Amino acid sequence: MSSILNVKDLNCFYKKENSGSGGRKRVQILHDISFSMEEGEILGLVGESGSGKSTLAKAILNMVPDKSGTILCGDTHPQMVFQDPYGSLNPAKTIGWILEEPLKNRSRMPKEERREKAAEMLSRVGLDEKFLDRRPGELSGGQRQRICIAAALMLRPKLLIADEPVSALDVTIQAQVLKLLFSLKQEFGLSILFISHDLRVVYQLCERVMIMQDGRIVEAGESEKIYFEPQHPYTKRLLQAAGILENEKSWIEKS
Amino acid sequence: MQKRKKGNAGFIAGCVITGMMLTLTVIGFFYTPYDPEAMSAADKLAGISPRHIMGCDNFGRDIFSRVLKGAQTTLIVAGGTVLIGTVFGVLIGAFTGYFGGIVDEALMRVMDALFAFPSLLLALVFVSLFNSGTYQVILALGIAFIPSFSRIVRSEYLRCRNLDYVKSARLAGASHLRIMFVHILPNIYTVLLSSIMIGFNNAVLAEAGLTYLGIGVQPPDASLGEMLSNAQTYLFSAPWYAFGPGITMVLLILGFSLMADGLKH
Repeated sequence: MSSILNVKDLNCFYKKENSGSGGRKRVQILHDISFSMEEGEILGLVGESGSGKSTLAKAILNMVPDKSGTILCGDTHPQMVFQDPYGSLNPAKTIGWILEEPLKNRSRMPKEERREKAAEMLSRVGLDEKFLDRRPGELSGGQRQRICIAAALMLRPKLLIADEPVSALDVTIQAQVLKLLFSLKQEFGLSILFISHDLRVVYQLCERVMIMQDGRIVEAGESEKIYFEPQHPYTKRLLQAAGILENEKSWIEKS
Repeated sequence: MQKRKKGNAGFIAGCVITGMMLTLTVIGFFYTPYDPEAMSAADKLAGISPRHIMGCDNFGRDIFSRVLKGAQTTLIVAGGTVLIGTVFGVLIGAFTGYFGGIVDEALMRVMDALFAFPSLLLALVFVSLFNSGTYQVILALGIAFIPSFSRIVRSEYLRCRNLDYVKSARLAGASHLRIMFVHILPNIYTVLLSSIMIGFNNAVLAEAGLTYLGIGVQPPDASLGEMLSNAQTYLFSAPWYAFGPGITMVLLILGFSLMADGLKH
């Protein structure tokens, strides 16, 4: 197996407006991040909010201007599914338009073919063709997130970054979308960087997990190992807070 | 729910009034009861009668015919002004709001400088530079209107540029220009449309103001502002002179205001 993503010594900075002195402060968000991701794997990235998970995702997608270190990505156009399905679809456009947009920009496909591809992708994410002419405002959260996944897959990326893709959804819908994500991973041979703060979801989905705290990866390894023999105190704390550490056997059997 | 219904009623009333005024104006292109520039000594300051439904002015010209022509001029001036203001306002607002940074700072300070002058004063300066006349008035008012439009558009782009759908658009390979005008612009459409209508009203008033000061549309061309300023002399001896153009202007502005208000809901 070859690696799809190789990150080495990544440091990211933000400029923060300093209201007190009027000057700008350079704040370091990520500290010496190094990891690699194998092709076809689902890698979990766990940490509390503000720990730098989303910044890492943005850095991989080349959306952070101020950074150092190397990011080697085996995919020219990695894609992303955002957390909030209500903000990530353009409300003024139809679903068909949104799905065709990547093809318009990155291929010379004729109109009919684009439409066909869009309809095909819709059916892959479990939605009817009639959604093509609807607008995001008419859809439920789960349906929207399916559209987001479909739009991300239109260019057949090898690497997909899912930034808390189900956190904004109902629990019942969460399971459906996760199942869909997993089956699409098999179908398209995707590698997924799965960002979440929900430890249970990550355990179900990911073979390997990285735990992040304050812009650093504090622990990484096989899910089994991390969940049952956590080494770092922060990992233990996270597991404890999720109620996993005390009764590990019972919750595994349940899920 | 009740409020929404009320807003809709206003919007519909606005559409009806505006539609009526636009129809009258269009009719004026093809037909006026009398030649709007034909003078007649016998009809000097004639009152409202079946022959002259709005009376006659101090040269015996039929006021209704002149109102039809004058509304045309006024609409052309207002339309041209708003067009210049909108096109440049959207361009400047989109670039400054979307990109931010040093270009934003520089352009917005220029806009501040323009904004600091009352639009009428600014128009006065332009007209004295380029002579008076319909096109000069359009240009002058248009430039004076750019800052307010660009501010509104800029703030909308500032709001939109960090939304997730803009990020997805970038991941989908859209260029900055495409994101600005294909992805974001349709989302600020309602805000833009209502400010266009308010701008239109201001342009109608500004044209009247300029003409009143004698630097706007020049005689014998009729415009509502020009007629009102002439009517002022005869306000007591021939009040109907002011009534025709006055009521026309009120209806024009009322129609657009109601529509702009309805759009906001």
